Amino acid sequence: MERYRIVFSGSGGQGVITSAIILAEAAVLHENLTAVQSQVYGAEARGGSTRSDVIISDSEIYFPKVTQPNVLVCLTQEAYNKFSGIIRPGGLLITDAKYVEITKKVDARQREIPMYEAVMEKIGKPIVFNICMLGVFIGMTELVKPESVMSVLERRIPKGFLELNRHALQLGMDLTEGVRR
Amino acid sequence: MTENIKFVQGNEACVEGALYAGLDFFAGYPITPSTEVAEQMSVQLPKIGGSFLQMEDEIASLCAIIGASLTGHKVMTATSGPGFSLMQEALGYAVMAEIPCVIVNVQRGGPSTGNPTHVAQGDVNQARWGTHGDHAIVALTASNHQDVFAVTVEAFNIAETYRTPVILLFDEVIGHMRERLVIPEPGEIPLVERLRTSVKEGVDYHPYLPREDGRLPMSDFGSVHRYNVTGLYHDMWGFPSDNPKIVHGLSRHLMDKIENNAHQIAMVKEYYLEDAEQILISYGASARSALHVVVSRRNRGEQLGLLELQTLWPFPAEIVRDRCRNARSVTVVEMNKGQILEQVKHAVEAPERVFLANRVDGVLINPTDIRNFLRVIQGRGI
Amino acid sequence: MAVKDFLRERFFPHLWCPGCGHGTVLNGLVRAIEELGIRKSDIVMVSGIGCSSRISGYLDFHTLHTIHGRALAFATGVKMSRPKLNLIVPMGDGDALAIGGNHFIHACRRNIDITAIVMNNRIYGMTGGQYSPLSGYGAAATTAPYSNIDHTFDVVELSKAAGATFVARTTSYHPKEITKYIKKAIQHKGFSVVEIMSQCPTYFGRKNKIGGAVEMLEYMKDQTTPIDSKAKAENPDLIERGIFVEKELPEYCEEYEKVIERAKGGA
Repeated sequence: MERYRIVFSGSGGQGVITSAIILAEAAVLHENLTAVQSQVYGAEARGGSTRSDVIISDSEIYFPKVTQPNVLVCLTQEAYNKFSGIIRPGGLLITDAKYVEITKKVDARQREIPMYEAVMEKIGKPIVFNICMLGVFIGMTELVKPESVMSVLERRIPKGFLELNRHALQLGMDLTEGVRR
Repeated sequence: MTENIKFVQGNEACVEGALYAGLDFFAGYPITPSTEVAEQMSVQLPKIGGSFLQMEDEIASLCAIIGASLTGHKVMTATSGPGFSLMQEALGYAVMAEIPCVIVNVQRGGPSTGNPTHVAQGDVNQARWGTHGDHAIVALTASNHQDVFAVTVEAFNIAETYRTPVILLFDEVIGHMRERLVIPEPGEIPLVERLRTSVKEGVDYHPYLPREDGRLPMSDFGSVHRYNVTGLYHDMWGFPSDNPKIVHGLSRHLMDKIENNAHQIAMVKEYYLEDAEQILISYGASARSALHVVVSRRNRGEQLGLLELQTLWPFPAEIVRDRCRNARSVTVVEMNKGQILEQVKHAVEAPERVFLANRVDGVLINPTDIRNFLRVIQGRGI
Repeated sequence: MAVKDFLRERFFPHLWCPGCGHGTVLNGLVRAIEELGIRKSDIVMVSGIGCSSRISGYLDFHTLHTIHGRALAFATGVKMSRPKLNLIVPMGDGDALAIGGNHFIHACRRNIDITAIVMNNRIYGMTGGQYSPLSGYGAAATTAPYSNIDHTFDVVELSKAAGATFVARTTSYHPKEITKYIKKAIQHKGFSVVEIMSQCPTYFGRKNKIGGAVEMLEYMKDQTTPIDSKAKAENPDLIERGIFVEKELPEYCEEYEKVIERAKGGA
């Protein structure tokens, strides 16, 4: 398989790091792939721009950081301004349609998806924004199966929240229907 | 998915290794980037009836685990640079009193508060000489989580075998990144248990008289033998002495028990060294980038090899000398100003062919950095 | 068991100066343990650095002679890892409250079942007579040649404020009280502090022109009084002796047992 170098970015508290961990864990534990996840730590726990790197492959991964992602997700304008320049030419750049105004300067397949709007309209709970984003990601890349993500969530979150997350993941995947890959 | 496959941070892999080795006492103080070790210990240890203590500082943390080691427990603390600085006093005590214990330093940028959330490998020499006075020390490291687990187990084995503190010198990248860890089955990695004296009650027990094989059987505090433990030079009963013969003998013993067993303690990993014309020497997170370069260059037919050090102290000089004998160039890849470089230069026959590829800005040295260094070295006609 | 059975006689005579109060503390401590009938192998004595800390070497217990100021931290590890042992930690004033001050207040706060004995002679003896945090304003010392400007701690008030659940004070002039309070402190479940004012004729007495051991003992007799005595009411400057705090609060090792139960229950 192609080696996927992925960067999820947004602001602290949006859950981008959690979604990166879930994705990588799903790949390793349920898809028998190799994955490495890392994140850039700042002093702040909330706010600021935050970034998490995931590499997924079917062979050994040595250097664990992503310098040029072939998939970049930006959930805030600040993250987009900061990170859109690092994308691998021709890569996939997914942004939230409400929060990010894209520029034409980037050599990438830019896809604006109304994730936040859909979450608020269909679910009403911003806490699952990141899971919806993960749904969009796997809808676009088909890198891991949604069942693998759900298996990870089953272990990580209380039972009472599973349905909510399943809904958000499906919502994200639905948003990619008809969107060019 | 089986239960023994995990997707974890390096800090958690270290905790898993420690628990596998039989650790049941941990004391620590929160500090980035090692905090997850303490957090995981606080979750795991009570479940197995073990003790987790959050002490008032790093000084107290190391002191507390030394106390617990004396009652017969396998013990550990974890910290980063500033805390490791505070621990140097008690580290010397553990060396002098010959107390088995494991000290984890997940390195960040220094000196002082430095660069807390970013990677560095600047504490290599501090691990060796941070505490005052002549002494030997053991420090191990690793570049992936399976190895973090394995060297952590080995750290406990060495601590028990030689009655010595052992330092695990990890770094921020290894501590924080997540990757696969497979927990070995019980028994898969051999464990060294505390060697306790067979001397019966009422018979004179010498806590500091080595057996013929050099090992010193211990007696748990609270059991029948009452003896003294001190940071002063001491006789075979543990009582203070400034008799020059005793001072000389103990000083030599503390050095020899480690240095004379350096070959036993030495752990390295070798990649494509057999015919390597250019050798990279690296360790910890830097070794991942070095291996990346070696594997990609090999695919293009270039004769590049990697010697990854897992034992940093005692420095495996013999292995380094032997493997580098036929190399045109040796490049040490590390994230400091050349702390292992100096050791390699001393070890090899041709120090003028030893070069440094480093980065000291808090960013993990990457394969492109290393390629650029190699280009410069080749440009010099070496 | 006779008192001398507790001693490591081969190390006598001890290293303390003639007239030093620390021998009286040793005496009172041994009598307390003898009267309590605790087995020698059930006692771990942990000490730091200084004249006071050498007390551990003379006693036939499990003895841990550690580093300056850190005795309580080592003792915490011993106690937590084997709660059935009796932990006794003799410390000097500088050892306990200057370099070891932080460990001291946190041990008080945790209420871990350790008996701390502060042998307060108001001076650094082993290094030759420098002022300690207990020397007090106006005292003379080799590092206070123009008179000390540091104010002192009150060991009792500090211990109380930090959360110790047993706090007592006496002096080397009152050996029976030493035995009595140390006995109670060892029996007390929780962190106990016994401050014993002790004389250092070699440095504190000489530097401050108080005289020799006899004069210093007389000073301790005259300048102290039992808690709430009539004498104290008449002369508020007198230092009180007695038990200042004796209360029951959850002990740390027992509390930790509950943590284990919760962790296992929640697993």
